[in-house]
Amino acid sequence: MKRFLLPLGLFGLLVVVLAVGIQRAPEKSVIRSALLGKPAPQFVLPVLGREGVFDSSSLRGRWYLLNVWGTWCAECRAEHEMLLEIRRSGVVPVVGLNWKDQDAAATDWLQELGDPYEVVALDREGRTAIDWGVYGAPETFLVDPMGTVIHKHVGPLNPEIWQRDFLSRLPAPRPAGAS
Amino acid sequence: MIPEIGHFALILCLLVSVLQAFFGIAGPALGRDRWLAVVGPAVTAQFVMVSAAMGVLIYAFVQNDFSVEYVAQNSNSALPVFYRVSALWGAHEGSLVLWSWILASWTLAVALLSRQLPARFAARVLGVLGIVSVGFLLFTLATSNPFLRLSPAAPDGRDLNPLLQDPALAIHPPMLYAGYVGFAVAFAFACAAMLEGRLDQAWARWTRPWTTVAWAFLSVGIALGSWWAYYELGWGGYWFWDPVENASFMPWLVGTALIHSLAVTEKRGLFKSWTLLLAILAFSLSLLGTFLVRSGVLVSVHSFAADPARGTFILAFLVIMIGGALTLYAWRAPLLKSNAGFELTSRESFLLFNNILLMVATATVFAGTMAPLISDALGLGTLSVGPQYFNPVFLLPTLPLVALAAVGIHASWKKGRIGERRGPLLLALAIAVLLTLAVVLGAYEGARVLTPIGIGLGIWLALSALIDPIARLRRGIRITPAIFGMALAHLGVGVFVLSIAVVESYTRERDVALAVGESARVGEFEYRFLDLDPLEGPNYDGVKGTIAVFENGKQIALLHPEKREYWVQRSVMTEAGIDMQLTRDVFGALGEDLGAGRWSVRAQVRPLISFVWLAAFLMALGGVIAACDRRYRVALPSPEAAPVTPVAAALPASARSAAAGDVLPGSAG
Repeated sequence: MKRFLLPLGLFGLLVVVLAVGIQRAPEKSVIRSALLGKPAPQFVLPVLGREGVFDSSSLRGRWYLLNVWGTWCAECRAEHEMLLEIRRSGVVPVVGLNWKDQDAAATDWLQELGDPYEVVALDREGRTAIDWGVYGAPETFLVDPMGTVIHKHVGPLNPEIWQRDFLSRLPAPRPAGAS
Repeated sequence: MIPEIGHFALILCLLVSVLQAFFGIAGPALGRDRWLAVVGPAVTAQFVMVSAAMGVLIYAFVQNDFSVEYVAQNSNSALPVFYRVSALWGAHEGSLVLWSWILASWTLAVALLSRQLPARFAARVLGVLGIVSVGFLLFTLATSNPFLRLSPAAPDGRDLNPLLQDPALAIHPPMLYAGYVGFAVAFAFACAAMLEGRLDQAWARWTRPWTTVAWAFLSVGIALGSWWAYYELGWGGYWFWDPVENASFMPWLVGTALIHSLAVTEKRGLFKSWTLLLAILAFSLSLLGTFLVRSGVLVSVHSFAADPARGTFILAFLVIMIGGALTLYAWRAPLLKSNAGFELTSRESFLLFNNILLMVATATVFAGTMAPLISDALGLGTLSVGPQYFNPVFLLPTLPLVALAAVGIHASWKKGRIGERRGPLLLALAIAVLLTLAVVLGAYEGARVLTPIGIGLGIWLALSALIDPIARLRRGIRITPAIFGMALAHLGVGVFVLSIAVVESYTRERDVALAVGESARVGEFEYRFLDLDPLEGPNYDGVKGTIAVFENGKQIALLHPEKREYWVQRSVMTEAGIDMQLTRDVFGALGEDLGAGRWSVRAQVRPLISFVWLAAFLMALGGVIAACDRRYRVALPSPEAAPVTPVAAALPASARSAAAGDVLPGSAG
């Protein structure tokens, strides 16, 4: 009799493993960044669409998102609408880090799909992305006014992730009485 | 309006499946035979409803209805019509609709062809299939509805992933699902037998053809996927031990074991509880594969959009279906006794070893696939398991398996006699050894330790499979489809082993940088880059290269590799140029544009590689032929149960004609 229970027992173990796997599945999109809680890496890079350079220290004193993207990245297209939404909401400025891309392609992309970025820094050789520990585009970092990395998201943003992982971490300037 | 009709049809389909499950299970359990009359019409209605839902979705794709979110995300007005239809299963939601439709088709086929089955038993089989259907329809409607609207409608769609715009990949998912879902039939037969508390040889005879056909579909599905990876991804390989590939391979291995253990159960009444367990396992692994692919638990190159909510749902479904079946097994299997004995070298023993080795092989694949997950669950960090593990470990059980098969197919039942077959078998072995020596010592270099073993075993098994049909031909004894199918399938296995051994040992490959007019040596071959032209397709543009390949100064192939850029998703795709010759594939793919007119070119010459897939099709064809054997269709009076009115008689005539005139939607493009 006992040996006939063995498959059921093994299956039970498997279910436990799978259940734990599901619990942790969302974390996989939040590959733990060594940067969390640490100062955001500084960079000085050329800017898309105008002369001059962009110095990240100019961001001190306010919250911002750093969004790593490229026109070669299909998933970036998927999250573009969400970025435009964020821009429209005006909750937090989005700084684009255009990663290993062609300037002309990036300009076309923003003209075609709309521009959600306050400024787009051009990381043509991917050095800055290495400093930030970027695995692959798209990735989005939330940085606080002290210049500390508060959160990192790997993969495209969507309203649910935005609500859960980003808005909840931002100070809420929502009008009183709304809820 | 029309998409809502599809949505509504899917909901009705769910309700009808609930009826089918309830009356199919409860009727026999409570002894209410009049309830059984509901089951047949419910099966028909379910098929009609899910066909309607799928038809509506196909219509939305063909008509470019971008107000349907799923269509907007997976199609585009520039997409050719054929791919608009196959885009239906290009992503998660539509795949589930296809899954449900295939399940409904299998269920209908079981209902129509089960006239010889006792009515209560047939009702139970259909009831279990009804439960499976309820689970999948509920999953579709609750977490993955393909009929959701987009407001306002998208002006144009995001296009089907260009990787999926390929004929082989258009039919790969339906084949694969037909295999997965086919194992649901074997699973339902097993559950019905356990519910009845009775499992006789007639049961094994009923179950065999269904299992074999499902296995054949799965074989074709896996082979098509592998072929696609070979020429579309441009990597040049045919198997990568990717979690998703493994997820389809494990049910195949268990299904192979099941086919063989069913033979023993049918012929000798042995291995009963083991056969039941295999039938449960084959479908469980199919479900587990679905779970792994769709829950985001494992990260893979072809993971679908991962969603933990979906994962939780499938896990609950797994617990109910597999947990339920295994509980039933623990309760009922001990009652099944078989008392017959057999000798060590009888066919029974060979098939026992076959089963053990196949299960060990499955276990190695399972361990490698699950190891990253387990390590992660225990907090041991991220682990990745690749070919360095799979290739050697998988060979440990499978090489002895091939040798056993060469001998075992000639063993007789019960008694350990190879007898008159010993002579031909030794002759086949001698031929295999000679041919192997000729190849290994011959013109080629590149042989490794495993090369002669793989080539020798492959040739031996292929020849051994032919001994029986040849002997019958010479003596004028009829070759039944069962015998012919079995010989063909084993010949396929032999050819498979042989061709893999040759490909792995004698492939010439090199990545070279070439400009137009230059040439490079790859082993004994010379690749000459002749030309590069612009290219324009229906929904892409790009460049097309012309590469001539020479062997000893003689041109053996002219290749036209392409680099395509699809407009909508702006993704760049590699179309390898492959000249498929009988004995070898000459392969060239354009890699990166290195600037200044130079391109990296992936040059490979792979001997016998088409035989890898040809062998898989031989196996599948053998399975289909064997399943068509007349003896499965002759009503065999079950010794214990007298056939009562068959359930299928309750089906209206319209259902039968619907099934007969039905065409797989993928073929209508």
